[in-house]
Amino acid sequence: MATKPAITVEHVKKSFRLPHERASGLKQTIVNFHKRQRGYEQQQVLKNISFEIKQGEFFGIVGRNGSGKSTLLKLLAGVYIPDSGRVIINGSLTPFIELGVGFNPELTGRENVFLNGALLGFNRQEMTGMYQDIVEFAELEQFMDQKLKNYSSGMQVRLAFSIAIRANSDILLLDEVLAVGDAIFQKKCYDYFRQLKKEGRTVVFVSHDISALQEYCDKGILIEKGKIVTSGDIDHVTNTYIELLNETEEAAHQEKEGDQKRWGSGDIEITSTRTTSQNVKKAIFSDADKFIDVTVKYQVKKPVEKPIYGITIFDAVGQRVFVSNTLWLEKHTDDVIPGDHGSITWSIPNIFNTGTFTVSPAIADRSGSNTFDWVEEMAEFKVRKKTRSNAIINVDHEIVVTKEDQSS
Amino acid sequence: MLRMDIPLIHAMSRRNRILLRELIITDFKLRYQGSVLGYLWSLLKPLMLFSILYVVFGHFLRIGADVEHFPIYLLLGVVLWGFFAEATTNGLISIVARGDLIRKISFPKYIIVISGTISALINLCFNLVIVFIFMAFAGVKLHASALLFPLAVIEIYILALALAFFLSATYVKYRDIGHIWEVVLQGAFYATPILYPVSLVAAQSETAAKILLLSPVAQAIQDARYTLITHQADTLYSMVQNPLFIAIPFISVVLISLMAYLYFRKNANYFAENI
Repeated sequence: MATKPAITVEHVKKSFRLPHERASGLKQTIVNFHKRQRGYEQQQVLKNISFEIKQGEFFGIVGRNGSGKSTLLKLLAGVYIPDSGRVIINGSLTPFIELGVGFNPELTGRENVFLNGALLGFNRQEMTGMYQDIVEFAELEQFMDQKLKNYSSGMQVRLAFSIAIRANSDILLLDEVLAVGDAIFQKKCYDYFRQLKKEGRTVVFVSHDISALQEYCDKGILIEKGKIVTSGDIDHVTNTYIELLNETEEAAHQEKEGDQKRWGSGDIEITSTRTTSQNVKKAIFSDADKFIDVTVKYQVKKPVEKPIYGITIFDAVGQRVFVSNTLWLEKHTDDVIPGDHGSITWSIPNIFNTGTFTVSPAIADRSGSNTFDWVEEMAEFKVRKKTRSNAIINVDHEIVVTKEDQSS
Repeated sequence: MLRMDIPLIHAMSRRNRILLRELIITDFKLRYQGSVLGYLWSLLKPLMLFSILYVVFGHFLRIGADVEHFPIYLLLGVVLWGFFAEATTNGLISIVARGDLIRKISFPKYIIVISGTISALINLCFNLVIVFIFMAFAGVKLHASALLFPLAVIEIYILALALAFFLSATYVKYRDIGHIWEVVLQGAFYATPILYPVSLVAAQSETAAKILLLSPVAQAIQDARYTLITHQADTLYSMVQNPLFIAIPFISVVLISLMAYLYFRKNANYFAENI
């Protein structure tokens, strides 16, 4: 017998009324009624959504901010009721959308454990049985009789998480839980995820974190502007998501304006730094972009003999990932005089892993003792790779698998 | 829309009971949070109220001198009215006050309204303890009718709960109702024979007194006074003979409850997005 799907969503539509002014007043309602005016705008957040989540599936919901994914999760949780269509849930469902819902800052940690447990459906007796484990897991033994308002946000999250993982329902809804907490806490989250997966529980996971989605989810859907763009295997879904991001963000910033730090004598001035691929201005590079071209333009103010042009590329945490200059590459550069201007282009193989990078260009004299211009983080670009890697570089490569026959 | 199969309804109701219990405990704990005397205030407040009533009405105004145990008669009325006012006011803000829960978790919203009114009920119990102590001191003779006293409390509670359902659902959309209800309560306080005996009104106009008693709260408070303190208390039944009229306060409680329930149920699904 085929088992019923854990969650079935059939032609769900949902729209919200957005009041023009906060029309939660009687006067406004009467005025609007009188003028035959609607005091609100109808905004369709979900337009005819249908999908199925099988039992035991780790299901990802992917989408940009405002795509409707949180609304969808709230519909699954039963917090919202669809305007039309149906949401059918088979099995018990943990109602947690967020950690620490219902936490009261005026109560002690201990009292909050019992209150929060009640939201999961545990009575006092059951909570007393679990209490010690919860406190130990959260590592908050000495703090339980303090009021929650005196906890740091990290402590609150730890406590909330320790309670939440006690939920023994068939279906769990998780919304961006991993966005909070330090590295150790995140590891605990991941361990918990692995355990859920091993137990074969149904999990619906909403996240921006592509690598986390790829690691844990089997299937997923991509939502954009209230519609399902694609569904199926998670790799397919996240890849489509990356393409979508690249397309839509392409138009965004290329050059970081304004508050850059720069220093140098100013004999030669750097006027711009751009990133391109195949002569197309780009800020986001995907697997298809085999080379990232960085072009630095300059303007000469004072005569200089054979200047050196260089760039440094940093990753998001400030690690130097690429350094190059005309001296090291033994490129000949001409003497320049005031009024001269020109550009230097570096063509760098796209070996970068997914992430955000900044380019700091510099121009110095041959001895290296005199810097004419150095601009920190003048340009920024992003890389999104479909191939997974958790190292610094992510480069096209081949793997050949051979198995030697035992007899030979 | 029905989302759960039958076995789950049982599981849900268990969860609801647990939740209701925790919400009530939380409300109670938070009530005197940060005060030095803490829970003692639950007893001190009615005690102080009684002292004021005793001095003002027992020594200065003397409007109810002809009713035996008038200060206690007065106190009981004030305590019951206070319960009605507190239960409806707590209920009114309850849904909006718990907006954080409603926006994030799916659970039957009526639990919140009930927990709000029950904290008023707990407060009433403390108040009644003080009333009983004073009754003992004043030597009030208990009649067999005292057994019927809880019925009056139940009637007031049902009405207060029904109004709380209506008010809380309305408050989500129209915050005006908070101010309106405050004024209505104030007006109703004086339109209900709490501070003055019914006979005072009856002396002016018999009909007016009868109409006053048609209000369920007035009828219930007079019943409570009759059953517990003195048979001199005028009740609806002693003033009105027509059973049709006698039925009016009870029928209104039933009708108000029914309408409030339907109204609440219709709106409850949209609390999460409207708060």
